Amino acid sequence: MIARALGIPAMRFNGLIGITVVGLLLLVAIFGPWLAPYDPLKLDLLARLKGPSAAHLLGADEFGRDMLSRLMYGARTSAWIAFATVLFAIVFGTFFGILAGFLRGWTDRLLMMVNDALLAFPGLLLALGFMAVFGASRNGIIIALGIAYMPVAVRVVRGTVLSIREREYVEASRVMGNSGIVTMLRHVLPNCLAPIMVLATTMFGWVVLSESALSFLGLGVPPPAPSWGNMLSTGRPYINQAPHIIILPGLCISITLLGVNLLGDAVRDWLDPKMQD
Amino acid sequence: MVRFVLTRIATAIPTLFLVSIAVFALMRMIPGDPAALMLGDLAQPGQLEALRHEMGLDRPIALQYLYWLGDVLSGDFGQSISTRQPVLPLMLERFSVSATIVVVAVFFATLIAVPAGMFAAWRQNRAGDIAVIATSTLLLSIPSFWLGLMLLLIFGLQLGWLPVVGYVPFSRDFGSALLFIILPVVTLVLVESGSITRMARASTIEVARLEYITHARAKGLPESTVMWRHAFKNAFAPTMTLIGLVLGSLLANIAVIEMVFTIPGLGRLLVDGIYARDYPIVQGCMLFTAFLYVLVNLLVDLLYPLLDPRVTA
Repeated sequence: MIARALGIPAMRFNGLIGITVVGLLLLVAIFGPWLAPYDPLKLDLLARLKGPSAAHLLGADEFGRDMLSRLMYGARTSAWIAFATVLFAIVFGTFFGILAGFLRGWTDRLLMMVNDALLAFPGLLLALGFMAVFGASRNGIIIALGIAYMPVAVRVVRGTVLSIREREYVEASRVMGNSGIVTMLRHVLPNCLAPIMVLATTMFGWVVLSESALSFLGLGVPPPAPSWGNMLSTGRPYINQAPHIIILPGLCISITLLGVNLLGDAVRDWLDPKMQD
Repeated sequence: MVRFVLTRIATAIPTLFLVSIAVFALMRMIPGDPAALMLGDLAQPGQLEALRHEMGLDRPIALQYLYWLGDVLSGDFGQSISTRQPVLPLMLERFSVSATIVVVAVFFATLIAVPAGMFAAWRQNRAGDIAVIATSTLLLSIPSFWLGLMLLLIFGLQLGWLPVVGYVPFSRDFGSALLFIILPVVTLVLVESGSITRMARASTIEVARLEYITHARAKGLPESTVMWRHAFKNAFAPTMTLIGLVLGSLLANIAVIEMVFTIPGLGRLLVDGIYARDYPIVQGCMLFTAFLYVLVNLLVDLLYPLLDPRVTA
């Protein structure tokens, strides 16, 4: 409704909000160490569980650590893990997807068999299994979530490749004597970019959520390093005494996810007008 | 019809088989020797070899898998390393807790979200639609465990209306069992309504464009008849697939909710198993949950022809 008053189409207005939120997240993630008023690990026992004050703008946590600084470093953690995970899932997913879709035959059947087995695991389950293997660590989460979400990318890319490999320009490239690899890189890959972009944006949101869930379960970013998820987990016993240490990290996750979801819808409408409701 | 059902069941079998291989392989990737883990630090030199032999760990890996699969198929999921309890009865007990919450939550989420999505589609691009879309996008963006903590803070701690943490089985005391599951169920209903509403809206809009709807309207049928009698069945089919996915994935995602409300469910069992490096528990829970996920999706596929008879053709 605000959008209509300003004369902007609703979709573009939502996209604008989305890009602003995600942009802010990235700014805080990159410049957090310079913006944060305190060291996120510095203890100030006198400020323990205290609410917002002039010294600590958003209050302090159960060890008297500055909440604002921890939230900023948490943004850095979330953004970095989400970025690295999406990159991992998309790069490997695209590689296997193109391989399966372009080569067909046994390669396709074998890859799809493994892929379907991985897709048969619901949401967090596969990631939880991998965390049992790797133990709770930053790189562990990136690999675990990366492998857990890769099959979706394989599926999307393979589907796209199958639909374009019979097109005339791909045929033409082959007739011209280009090798399979050249045809794949020059003609097939660029046409997969739109669905990959749409998926990457959506996946960024899934990863932020899953990482915070894993950290909340104590199987993600190990404390004392701050992540929004582990702040919720370690602050939970103090929920009644100092609600701010629980409210703030969750608010950060929600706002980030809202931004990513709005941006995701906008990217989808922009790149794939067919999918518009 | 019979052919459709049989084919669909037959395609689920290789998937289940692959899932079991994946779980087995994953568990073998866990660093450390399960036998050494079981014995602890006080093992005598010969004891380790004896236990490895007893557990079959000295056999070739493919053989180990086959023996394990045989055991699982006969209902033997091994025993917990830390408590020495057999895994299957433990899982079934915990599963009944998780399943109660998940099924009740998905039922209510569907009951709210499907009509809300259809309403939004019917009022497409008008105020009602925008309100529904905005609410569902917002709900989609709130992590369930945080929403749970907020509800717990407001209704449990501040207002004191509902019990804060714990669980009472329905068989023991129906009244207090109900009180204990209100907060976890409400949390899941709110969070899951978001995606279901959006799906119901999108598929209703898709169906509403079709000629038979225009035809029904042209006949002069009231809007409510057009929506419920004509649009609903076709629009609900894709939504049902999503509901199946939600139901299945919640069985894994519920771990965070069980953590928030200290509920002894299957998700907690798995997470605690990971902490304790109790690998028979982890292996059992992963296999059990993944099997359920495949079965729920199979069931949804089998129900599909009831809504859309064309799929059996």
